[in-house]
Amino acid sequence: MNGSAGSAAVPLLGAPYDLLDWLVGRWSDGLGWVGETLGIGMLDYVFMHHAFLVGALIAVMAPLIGTFLVHRQLALIGDALAHTAFAGVAVGLFVNSLLGTGISPYVTAIVVAVLAALAIELISETTDAYNDVSMAIVLSTGFALGAVLISINTGGLAVGINQYLFGNLATVSRENAVLLVVLFAIVSLVVTVTYKQLLYVTFDETAARVAGINVPWYNRLMTTLTALVVVGAMQIMGVILVAAMLVVPVAAAAQVARGFREALLASVLLAELAVLVGITLSYHYEATAGGTIVLVAVAVYILMVLAGKVQSARAVDEDAPSDAAVGERAVGEPSDD
Amino acid sequence: MNGESATGDNDDGPLIDARGLTFGYTAAPVVDDVDLRVDRGEYVGIIGPNGSGKSTLLRLLLGLHEPDSGSVELLGHPAREFAERERVGYVAQDVTKDEKRMPITVAEVVLMGRFPHAGFGRVTQADRDRAREALRTVGIEHLADRRITALSGGQRQRTYIARALAGEAELLVLDEPTVGVDAESVDAFFDLLDDLVADGLTVLLVEHDIGAVIERTARVVCLNREVYFDGPPVAFAESDALDRAYGTNIRREAGGIVT
Repeated sequence: MNGSAGSAAVPLLGAPYDLLDWLVGRWSDGLGWVGETLGIGMLDYVFMHHAFLVGALIAVMAPLIGTFLVHRQLALIGDALAHTAFAGVAVGLFVNSLLGTGISPYVTAIVVAVLAALAIELISETTDAYNDVSMAIVLSTGFALGAVLISINTGGLAVGINQYLFGNLATVSRENAVLLVVLFAIVSLVVTVTYKQLLYVTFDETAARVAGINVPWYNRLMTTLTALVVVGAMQIMGVILVAAMLVVPVAAAAQVARGFREALLASVLLAELAVLVGITLSYHYEATAGGTIVLVAVAVYILMVLAGKVQSARAVDEDAPSDAAVGERAVGEPSDD
Repeated sequence: MNGESATGDNDDGPLIDARGLTFGYTAAPVVDDVDLRVDRGEYVGIIGPNGSGKSTLLRLLLGLHEPDSGSVELLGHPAREFAERERVGYVAQDVTKDEKRMPITVAEVVLMGRFPHAGFGRVTQADRDRAREALRTVGIEHLADRRITALSGGQRQRTYIARALAGEAELLVLDEPTVGVDAESVDAFFDLLDDLVADGLTVLLVEHDIGAVIERTARVVCLNREVYFDGPPVAFAESDALDRAYGTNIRREAGGIVT
């Protein structure tokens, strides 16, 4: 894909692309200077500059979206979309080798993942539930389709699929970094504008509908954003581990945060920690970045679980539960319809 | 806290006007030819046995289902249009359950009442002040920074009512609000509703506790697929509507009737 991906993107985006490309270049210069000044060896490499940029942006947008997903018990959607994005990658590679075009597989991945996102919403709207089964079917279909397309193509393909399955720091090109900046801008802008509606829908879907919020529309928006984040994060994390970034930092933050805003902020900070430490470790030990980042994130999660236990133990000491809070759980009967 | 908000030209019309409402999840109707009109300032309790379609009726009135036949007007608009919904406060069933461990504070939940007003704009200090005032009204201002999951059932009920008040709702709709709330808190909860009704709020609630409805509300609607009774509690207690709606499977107790 190297180079060819960019040349395909350039005519599409024109001047804005040049601007972003320039910005990524300056970021690279800046990190290079920092590396030289502080004597940090890994910052000698331009691909590491891109990796840190992409990683830092992923660590903002993955937990941002993940917070809304996890608290609706939709953590599996990220996984399902990642696997359909893999099919999108395969479609891109297939089309390229068939027609000799130079479309970036990440662009086709975005298209396929967004279509899959809307399909998942359609299934859930018509069956009135997000169920494990339909999600599992979408997940396996996507992955199977990807595997078949790639195997048909194997003869003509020089590019290995490992970089898509497991992610790869070294293949984060300047073009891909620009693509990620664009995805980041879209995701953070949309979430900023629709934050209140998304929160309402996440917290209490029925009350949100009563309040006049178009819930199906926001659900579609949410899964579409998830598709964008998943494809963006795939470069480093790989198809198989990308969903972890949507879930693990969010779960960690939920252990210690009281409020929603607080949880959102904490999940981003914890994700940044995991990504920056993970990338650094993977460089030094020549380990796969996605796996290292996830392991660091899980370690952070375990720490937060412990911190949460300490915190709640202290809270119980401070104020014993009131009489009213005791023994009211079991009273009452369930719904009548 | 209400009446001061600018409302449309249908101020004198009924808040809820349902005619010939029929709906079923399958071919058999759960709600059959129900007429219900609720005027401003009323305090209406809907009772009925389990599976009688109480909650379904409520969902129809709120526009959450499309009726098979008949019509619903809410605040003078067809319910399915979801117009002017900042004027409606809704407390869902089972809000006292917490299978969700979502981190969110009481203050954040109450502030949601302001979201329909804010639209895509920013939440202002005035919005926060109003949310704080609503918390004061329901008497849980001191819990503002607690996680909602750390509250008791009764305190959670109050949080959701505060959310409706923060939104300057004129109509408060509650679906089985006392499920999972201890007896003492239930009394305090109905006291709070009394105060709100006295302040001019219109309240419509579905409740399984028949005794509480007879004792507290100003109008009883007894439902079992169709309306068996609609009128003042005293007349209801003297009528045989309860026996007809619930069948014979009922025992009467001093101070209340329990299914």
